[in-house]
Amino acid sequence: MEQFTDIFLMLLLVAGALSVLYVRNLFVATMLLGAVSFIMALIFVSLDAVDVAFTEAAVGAGISTVLYLGTLALVGSDEKPARRRALVPLLVSLLVGTALVYATFDMPAFGRADNPVQTHVAPRYIEESPKEIGVPNMVTSVLASYRGFDTFGEVTVIFTAGIGVLLILSQLRRRREDEADLTDGPDTDTNMDNDAAASASPAERVGSEHDLVPHVVAKLLIPFILLFALYVQFHGDFGPGGGFQAGVIFAAGFILYSLIFGLHFTRQIVSTRLVKFLLALGVVLYGGVGVVSLFLGGNFLDYNVLSADPVAGQHLGILLVELGVGITVTAAMIAIFYAFAGRAEGRGNDIN
Amino acid sequence: MSLVASHAPVLAIIIPLLAAPVCAMLRGTTFPWFLTTVISALSFAVSVQILLTVSDTGPISYMLGGWAAPWGIEYVADPLSAFVMLIISGISTGVLLYARESIAKEVPPHQLGLFFSAYLLALAGMMGITVTGDAFNIFVFLEITSLSSYVLIAMGEKADRRALTSAFQYLIIGTIGATFILIGVGLLYMMTGTLNIADIASRFDAIADTRPVRAAVAFLIIGIAIKLAMFPFHVWLPNAYSYAPSIVTAFFAGTATKVSVYLLLRFIFTIFGAEFSFGVVSLSELLMPLGVIAFLSMSTVAIFQTNVKRLLAFSSVAQLGYMTVGIALASEAGLTASILHIFNHAIVKTGLFLSVGCMVFVAGSAYLKDLEGIGSRMPLTTFGFVLGGLALIGVPLTPGFVSKWYLVMATLERGDFLGYALTAGMLLSSLLAVIYIWRVVEVAYFRPAPADAEAREAPLSLLIPTWIFIIGSFYFGIQTTVNVGFAEKAASFLMGGL
Amino acid sequence: MIFFDHFNYWIFVILLMIGLFTVMSRTNLIKKMIGLSLFQISVFLFYISMGKIDEGTAPIVVEGAQDVVYSNPLPHVLILTAIVVGVATTALGLSLVVRIKESFGTIDEEDILAREDKA
Repeated sequence: MEQFTDIFLMLLLVAGALSVLYVRNLFVATMLLGAVSFIMALIFVSLDAVDVAFTEAAVGAGISTVLYLGTLALVGSDEKPARRRALVPLLVSLLVGTALVYATFDMPAFGRADNPVQTHVAPRYIEESPKEIGVPNMVTSVLASYRGFDTFGEVTVIFTAGIGVLLILSQLRRRREDEADLTDGPDTDTNMDNDAAASASPAERVGSEHDLVPHVVAKLLIPFILLFALYVQFHGDFGPGGGFQAGVIFAAGFILYSLIFGLHFTRQIVSTRLVKFLLALGVVLYGGVGVVSLFLGGNFLDYNVLSADPVAGQHLGILLVELGVGITVTAAMIAIFYAFAGRAEGRGNDIN
Repeated sequence: MSLVASHAPVLAIIIPLLAAPVCAMLRGTTFPWFLTTVISALSFAVSVQILLTVSDTGPISYMLGGWAAPWGIEYVADPLSAFVMLIISGISTGVLLYARESIAKEVPPHQLGLFFSAYLLALAGMMGITVTGDAFNIFVFLEITSLSSYVLIAMGEKADRRALTSAFQYLIIGTIGATFILIGVGLLYMMTGTLNIADIASRFDAIADTRPVRAAVAFLIIGIAIKLAMFPFHVWLPNAYSYAPSIVTAFFAGTATKVSVYLLLRFIFTIFGAEFSFGVVSLSELLMPLGVIAFLSMSTVAIFQTNVKRLLAFSSVAQLGYMTVGIALASEAGLTASILHIFNHAIVKTGLFLSVGCMVFVAGSAYLKDLEGIGSRMPLTTFGFVLGGLALIGVPLTPGFVSKWYLVMATLERGDFLGYALTAGMLLSSLLAVIYIWRVVEVAYFRPAPADAEAREAPLSLLIPTWIFIIGSFYFGIQTTVNVGFAEKAASFLMGGL
Repeated sequence: MIFFDHFNYWIFVILLMIGLFTVMSRTNLIKKMIGLSLFQISVFLFYISMGKIDEGTAPIVVEGAQDVVYSNPLPHVLILTAIVVGVATTALGLSLVVRIKESFGTIDEEDILAREDKA
């Protein structure tokens, strides 16, 4: 039975992908992509990858969709009919596909316990990690400890995306504003926000002022969203979750707040300067744990030396690095949202 | 000092990686630049130490998190990776000396903190790719490098909005390339059950004759070729190099594609093994024609460019063709030539791009029509460009000559018709290089400067670093023991090591 | 059930082809980004399928139970990283699209090429 559910979902995946290709309206295409991500998350659950499913649902179906919608609001959602010949792309895709299908026939069969993937490196994680690290969720053990350096790279990737979007979207729009910026100086964050609230017409502002129902519902929901994010952050050792998922959910709470109550109010709570600080702080915290372990005589990111008892050290290390991940991810998501939403207000220059 | 010595491989990466968030917080125009330069110099110093240790005592292995490979991630500094790390951090430091006044013209002052943060991330990413001994870790650091380079290229938009479209084009093509590498790594993992490079290599022979491994080879080679801008996947490179800020172009021209050449070497020789790569799947027959077409066609295309940066970018694709041919020869001599050319071309091309950067700084454009008579307006800069051009062509006493000499020796070593044909092709390509360099020289010296153009040299802070690279390239062209020595060591390690 | 031995991998290949085709054939920059996302998502399925063991369960220790078969946690970790890389790429790509729209007034590749020369 389970197998047929999987097959059905995967066929749905293909159908979704094909309709993404053919639909002309970009808004619909974005929604379909979100649906594909969500179906993918369901398949991941049935493939035992609960952490990945959680992340894919939060990121692929959540944050990515928000980003696409934000972009569509700025650039319009109609796609012109293709004028390009599709023959070469078709041939290239078919060639790549054929190469892979050719490869599949020699691949180890799906689901067998004697595949090389299951017998060589993985058994150590499954058998030893509860003893060596003392964390029930093996994904967390591998992610934060055995392959902790990959995750440090991952935090850096998110940090790069955060500063990259800030750099690209804070480019001034017109020459005229160039001069205005010079006279304003750097410390005009708050003035500008007040200024925005005073001068922007309601239509220009992000968020709706008149809808009572969203206001009430959001007020009820947001505390629970933030609470849930904290639960995911600190419960990642025992169940699916961890810094990355928590950061995304935490940021989602703020994004919801901005959408309902306006960007201006959110900026009063969390200023752009603070977001930038947090963005950097998470990376420094993660790397800092590594540096501390260097000075305590271990290798970089060796948590065993953080405490007299290696298992306690592992716990402490994982807690701290997951916190670093959570902080940077939250800050990066908020920064990216600010950058896009700030652009929508037509005030690209107040991001920095 | 012992702390530095025992953790050197990881320090070379985490110093820039941890400085990046600090740099992002800095305000002002001088301080972010100063911090970045100091950090890059530190990373360079550590790289020198690593190279010296490796040449004395052999490869260094470092277990991140204290976990033994293959369960944890391993860093391996061997003669090849240590040499490439030295090149990357050295070029980066030299370019940064030049950066302060140059970038102030191209990037608004309030963005400099973030800009240099992205620069440090690109540096850390490239260093990480080079030293890591873990196949998936390569992908992670590749993405750090790629994402920061898309941003850095897009920063050229103040001068020309086409920087945005070239950054976007690079983002699409680069992501496809990186995903191909990810698929290739996945296929190898599927068959071997491990991600550690040495571990994959030791289990490789048992599974070499299966279809997924062949597909893995294809995906890895194509993915790296896209990142390397190997012909015919080079379309993104000329655009990206033409419109990026001057220092970004100079930095990437000397490092980014070199890292990809390193990856190609690493996968072909360390993981697949020379015997499999050239005997079983005959990569030579794929790489050789591509390399030859690259240096012949791209040198020709370079002749017809109207923008000097773009001209040099096409020349870079052509030079990458030489390196590809050197690899495809599948001999120790060819490999030595290839690795030597990574070093020599990096230093020469960076010098050339820096001198063009000086011209852009003063004349405001890199188009030939705006550089008429630049030879009399900026005598020192233009003379530097001419010397760099000679080195690129491969005139004796220049590094270009040395690496081409080694390459010619390696092709003649074959003693067959192909060897002679390759030699003839390389001579032809060098003649084409004479033509495209001459076009710049002609415009610079033999066209009258426009009447209203002021005669002004670039500021010393730009001229001195440019000349460091120019003089440095001549030093390594005459005094070849250092670079040739390291290249030979790396080549013999790759051929015999595994 | 020989057919199902490689079924997941075939779905991965089909998705990958659709994604790659979308990126290469469409001229709208957002559509290209969507295709790129699809292309990346397909690889996730490939990795995760590798780690699955029949009758296995999620790699979270079940207290007190004996002889539990856990699926391989390593691909899960790798794909968590890949998902992050994917969203980072999406964010950067889309911010470039926004700037391209502001500078060129269009997000269609052919129109941009036509306007580039008049820069």
